[in-house]
Amino acid sequence: MARLCAVAGIGQTQYSARRDDVSIAGLLREAATRALEDAGMDWPDIEAVVVGKAPDMFEGVMMPELYLADALGCSGKPMLRVHTAGSVGGSTAIVAASLVQAGIHERVLTVSFEKQSESNAMWALTVKTPLQASVVAGAGGYFAPLVRAYMNRSGAPDDTGIRVALKDRRNALKNPYAHLRDPNMSFDTIASSPMLWDPIRLHEACPSSDGACALVLTSERSVRKTKYAPAWIHATSMRSEPTQFAGQEKVNPQSGRDCAKDVYKKAGISDPRKQIDMAEIYVPFSWFEPMWMENLGFAPVGEGWKMTYEGATALDGDMPVNCSGGVLSSNPIGASGMIRFAEAAMQVRGQAGEHQVDGARIALGHAYGGGSQFFSMWIVGSAKP
Amino acid sequence: MSEIVSEEGGILTAPHVLEYPYRRSVGPVLGRFFTELRAGRIVGLRTQQGRVLAPPQEYDPETGAATGSDFVEIGPGGVVTTWSWVVRPRAKQPLDRPFAWALVKLDGADTAMLHAVDAGDLSRMRTGMRVRPRWRAERVGHIHDIECFEPEPQATADNGLGGERQRAGELAMAEEAQKPVTNIKTPMRLEYRYSAGIATSRFLHGIAQGKILGQRCPSCSKVYVPPRGSCPRCAVATEEEVELSDKGTITTYAIVRVPSESIDVPLPFASVHVLLDGADLPMFSVVQECPLDQIRMGMRVQAVWVPREQLGPTLQSIRYFKPIDEPDVPAEKLQETV
Amino acid sequence: MRDVAIVSFASAPNRRTDLRNEVEILMPVVQEAVARSGIARPFDFTCSGSSDFLQGTPFAFVIALDAAGAWPPIAESHVEMDGAWALYEAWVKIQAGQAETALVYAFGKSSPGDLPEVLATQLDPYLVAPLWPDSVSLAALQARAWLEKTGNSERDLAAIAVRSRRDAKANPNATLSGDFEIAKLLAEPYVAAPLRAHDCSPSCDGAVAVVLAAGDRARGVCKRPAWIRGIDHRIEPHALGMRDLTVSSSTRIAGEKAGVGNGAVDLAELHAPFTHQEAILREALGLGAGVAVNPSGGALTANPMMAAGLARIGEAASRIWDGSARRAIAHATSGPCLQQNLVCVLEGE
Repeated sequence: MARLCAVAGIGQTQYSARRDDVSIAGLLREAATRALEDAGMDWPDIEAVVVGKAPDMFEGVMMPELYLADALGCSGKPMLRVHTAGSVGGSTAIVAASLVQAGIHERVLTVSFEKQSESNAMWALTVKTPLQASVVAGAGGYFAPLVRAYMNRSGAPDDTGIRVALKDRRNALKNPYAHLRDPNMSFDTIASSPMLWDPIRLHEACPSSDGACALVLTSERSVRKTKYAPAWIHATSMRSEPTQFAGQEKVNPQSGRDCAKDVYKKAGISDPRKQIDMAEIYVPFSWFEPMWMENLGFAPVGEGWKMTYEGATALDGDMPVNCSGGVLSSNPIGASGMIRFAEAAMQVRGQAGEHQVDGARIALGHAYGGGSQFFSMWIVGSAKP
Repeated sequence: MSEIVSEEGGILTAPHVLEYPYRRSVGPVLGRFFTELRAGRIVGLRTQQGRVLAPPQEYDPETGAATGSDFVEIGPGGVVTTWSWVVRPRAKQPLDRPFAWALVKLDGADTAMLHAVDAGDLSRMRTGMRVRPRWRAERVGHIHDIECFEPEPQATADNGLGGERQRAGELAMAEEAQKPVTNIKTPMRLEYRYSAGIATSRFLHGIAQGKILGQRCPSCSKVYVPPRGSCPRCAVATEEEVELSDKGTITTYAIVRVPSESIDVPLPFASVHVLLDGADLPMFSVVQECPLDQIRMGMRVQAVWVPREQLGPTLQSIRYFKPIDEPDVPAEKLQETV
Repeated sequence: MRDVAIVSFASAPNRRTDLRNEVEILMPVVQEAVARSGIARPFDFTCSGSSDFLQGTPFAFVIALDAAGAWPPIAESHVEMDGAWALYEAWVKIQAGQAETALVYAFGKSSPGDLPEVLATQLDPYLVAPLWPDSVSLAALQARAWLEKTGNSERDLAAIAVRSRRDAKANPNATLSGDFEIAKLLAEPYVAAPLRAHDCSPSCDGAVAVVLAAGDRARGVCKRPAWIRGIDHRIEPHALGMRDLTVSSSTRIAGEKAGVGNGAVDLAELHAPFTHQEAILREALGLGAGVAVNPSGGALTANPMMAAGLARIGEAASRIWDGSARRAIAHATSGPCLQQNLVCVLEGE
């Protein structure tokens, strides 16, 4: 019953540690303007706007979409603000898509962002609260013990994480928007970088970035003829589970497995590794590539690391993952999920430039957040579903 | 600890401060506005439709178009279009005595800006009155460069404060004024009284007596610690209290070597998940009295408490966990409790 | 459009200070709404509304998931907005055919902080927020502009407060209620002139939950479902100096799009945290003198932040269920001086 929804325009900002040249509004605007241009549209064409970002403490502006209404041409229009922790970029795109799928709007702009340089990411993510335990240092402090548990269970070689990081950082050299672009990054540089949250090294962790990503989503009849044909949304899915409970599987969470199963089913995919041509997945710490390969059903449990090791996830592998350089190379948290969704769409539109996977027709965008408890995914294709 | 108060029903509350010295890059449009403020001038921005927006907006609220760079000097005087009277000013507000908030349409502008008006008394305020800015002597390129607005002398009796400062404001700030303003500081400090809620308060009262109290789910019988008053798995409230051992097993860990503003433990330290004996999910803590390279999954540990007389309703009553001389728990037994 | 109805609603007691934590406040509310709906978990979709700044701790909504019933994993989303917009998102999901039932909840604790000051962090972070104008003072600017334009008086505003507090006597979840005399209220000092305490909603801690169901699912569990015949929301420019504060253009557009004028209106639950805003909203929606406004007492007697808008929809639906209204309007607002507004038209069969 749902209508088709197309990804008709994509825009990203330059990602960097500090975008000192723009205000918060200017940052979003850069991505939004590019998405509109890509879609062959202008501000009056847009019927509704959906904004996403992670905690408001990053910028110290409560519900900043209120202030951003002017910058996003929203006067007299509907505007929504989504926040589902780290998965928010993905969830925001899904909410925007459902406005088109439901037949409510023809052309929707969705933008997600984070301007982390206004404060400090470690502070904003783990603000000290009285009367609560306070021994978790930012996202790395939270996820490092889970990485260790995965290493222990899978028996993966210790350098798996280094290999993931090297692949992603090399891919980032092919992505003009990427934050970390160091041509001299080598296995040894990563291996010898300091342990921040042992077992996670500095160069195996995501940076803290300023950036925004925007998409123009439209109905079939509102697609305009532009340089690139649109990507078609084949399926979307979201799953959540509570933060912490007895018997919870933290390393290979059920919410992620359920979400993948659901999105594959809706997209008619029975063998993901064969049928999906590439994936942009949320890997903020290198070891999450093998962990999510298992969670997403690309590899049997305990064998995700083999995909990295065998080069399957490389740009020229049989299941390329994070050809853009991924979250490991650019991480404006609120936008990171939408960047994954956007990069997946860029691949099936053939607009990924130097990091294009030849002949990509079906791609997966993936985001997760909270304590590995919020998942959002979409599958996009070059052909209509 | 003295700041923790036990309120009605034994519920604990404590002060919580959300504070950060945000530093904002302002972009070219606002940058120009702040640069001019520093020089003691106010500029608006003329849109393509010919409206003068003041203060300048980066994007035209009516059309969504970028507003460009057609800056025009406006004011400094203007007219109050509406106002409210603050009886008891808050500490962060521009004036420490009763004052007005007003929307001021500056001469030459088509929109109004919000600022404070120092009128002395409510009776001196009215819509349509003329006001002028009172400049701060030391200006940095910030909205605070205008200390406030004040009634123009012809409209009301001059209180004598305005003229001097205005003249001071007209003195160009020599070299500093050459560099455009690109950043502003907007510190934030919000003070809260945080309440721990029922379950956490009970747990902390137990800690104050040297006891670790968990809660058992009436539906799945799993034991939670620290208890949160519910079993998220079953979505039911938990009430039955269970006293737990202060011994447990490390299910996984990380060695933290990076500083964080939220943590007081000296670096590096072992951040661990400890499954207390009798509990069904681990709690987060730290391990000490153990070389970092000897920490391992399955290792048996025990809480080290502060001296009895220092016990209080806070997690700091458990200083850390230390290794104990018991055989490790095999890894396969810990699969479900990372 | 698919037929979608509100089939159940529950609210926390909206105390000025509720020392329970968010999960402890929310869980019984969600359980009550679920039990009243007659629909067994899991819901096809769950959506919530809240804001981290109220308590000053990030990820409030993450912990609140403990109360929602999220195991096995659920399809779930969250808006950093009033729960009325969470309801909108859930309604969209049902319209897209991606769900038949949905649980919507919202919560907010205002008591830990100084709410009018906390809300100053919603303002333009460069030009306005650094001055720390509190939300009451800004509403007072709007009130004066409205009073001076319309020729209404502070007495007219007090009358709205008196009516709201009297109506709230029948609402067990109201923060304040009772019989008051206009003259006595007008003798009280200003909080921010021209507003006095009675013109402003009391701060409270609260939570609400609502269950939505499509078509026959709704008919199967509810004798007289409150059908959503139209729902729309709009936003205006942020800067107060760019807007005509005496009217609510976004409410007017949302009302038109939602079809408020397509039939007689029996009652309206308007999310007006200040007395003058009720009058502005009434006019924007074209509600005549015959329309009963805020029979629950409205936000002037209980305004749980992030939940009060969703509560308006629940209260309006309640009056459809009990047959006291055939057609009702519910409204929610967000942002300084009515910047963003949502309008929902509900009808009995």
